[in-house]
Amino acid sequence: MKKLWIALGMLAVAALMLWGFNQAIYVAPTEATMGDVQRIFYYHVPNAMLSFLFFAISFVASILFLAWRNTAPARAQAADAWALASAEVGVVFCSVVLITGPLWARPVWGIWWTWDARLTTTLLLWLIYVSYLLLRRFVEGAQMQTLAAVVSVFGALDVPIVYMANRWWRTQHPAPVFGGGPDSGIKDPTMLAAFGWNLLAWAVWGLMLLAFRVHVERRNQQIQHKASQAALAGR
Amino acid sequence: MAVAIAPPEEPGWFHLVGIHLRKDLRIEWRSREAIHSMIFFALLVVVLFSMAFDPTAAASREIAGGVLCVATLFASVSALNQAWSREIRHDVLDALRMTPADRSAIFVAKVLANFLFVTVVQALLAPVFFIFYNLRPLGNGWLLLAIVPLGTWALVANGTFFAALSIRSRNRELLLPLILFPIFLPALLAMVLAVKTILTGDGSDPHLLWLKMLAGYDIIFMTVSLLLFDTVLHAE
Repeated sequence: MKKLWIALGMLAVAALMLWGFNQAIYVAPTEATMGDVQRIFYYHVPNAMLSFLFFAISFVASILFLAWRNTAPARAQAADAWALASAEVGVVFCSVVLITGPLWARPVWGIWWTWDARLTTTLLLWLIYVSYLLLRRFVEGAQMQTLAAVVSVFGALDVPIVYMANRWWRTQHPAPVFGGGPDSGIKDPTMLAAFGWNLLAWAVWGLMLLAFRVHVERRNQQIQHKASQAALAGR
Repeated sequence: MAVAIAPPEEPGWFHLVGIHLRKDLRIEWRSREAIHSMIFFALLVVVLFSMAFDPTAAASREIAGGVLCVATLFASVSALNQAWSREIRHDVLDALRMTPADRSAIFVAKVLANFLFVTVVQALLAPVFFIFYNLRPLGNGWLLLAIVPLGTWALVANGTFFAALSIRSRNRELLLPLILFPIFLPALLAMVLAVKTILTGDGSDPHLLWLKMLAGYDIIFMTVSLLLFDTVLHAE
């Protein structure tokens, strides 16, 4: 019965994403200056917003892990599973942002990439969380979780500094070709609807991935726990 | 008759830092491993970049700051890797962990020692650097004496911390740069742009914003490192 509900839920998410696709590609009107390229915006921006959300979840879970590590080991393990799972999902979403961004920028700005505040911060976030995931592979044993949580805290500290740095930077130099960006507010209600549906669809999809991944990681932890218990019992 | 044995007096925090620092400096003085490898490596990077780009005087002012920072960065990674692996031989690290003394003293002493090594390397390298790149600072050259140490401190403090962290991994020599470089990026950005502003003398930074950012970065990350160092040292 539980499996049936999960399957139905997955179907619902798939249908929602198809609906979002339909809204973005066919229903929303073509943008006046940029043309069809602008439709990438319905994927780029929701993914960016959600990747920040997932990284924030990972950061909070890392802090909770450090806080509970010695006092409540069972809860700390759950926090670690959340930290790992949301970092992985966040990296996937962030990759989508970094791929769709240049695809849009090339025809609209005339350049693939510029060291602007948002671009730099997003790339740095991606780099930090990839190094976080690498660390989790390189280090073995229980200490890995602690060390990974520490790196996550350092990474989160970096982001506001970079964001501010690039704001200062841009005030000194003239801004690059930045006019006509879609973030100057959406006037058309069908465009807004397409954006909203896609945000919802990607959020539900991401949260579903996160739930699955946390579940798998919790199972992993249980297996490892059982194995170590068996080893201690000498069986 | 029982004789009252006074417990040995605990040394103060600064005294502890002094003891650890002297130990690290003595080891380095006897082997000179870290400094020699760093000097030669940094020299190679400077020569390689000079050859690869063959810059004109104007262009070299633009890129020299970046080359200097990247050369320091690459060179110091080799020294930072050795900083803690020295302590692993004969289980010194475990012995240090068992002492009741404040762990932050160990960390601060290591940072100071590495800071001295990297600064010595930079001082020896600076003349070579200015010759190869035909440099003559057009801005206020004295400010370099504030910028370079601040940037070096950011590098060495984070590097020492992450070297202590990556010492537990299977391939620690590889892991350190993978974690350190992304986290060090904001400081690198500030250092490169501050040095560039001075070399080109374009006056684009009248309020020394980059210098302030470097100082802020140093304070924030040094505080967090001190807070979390105990966690890293006892991570099991």
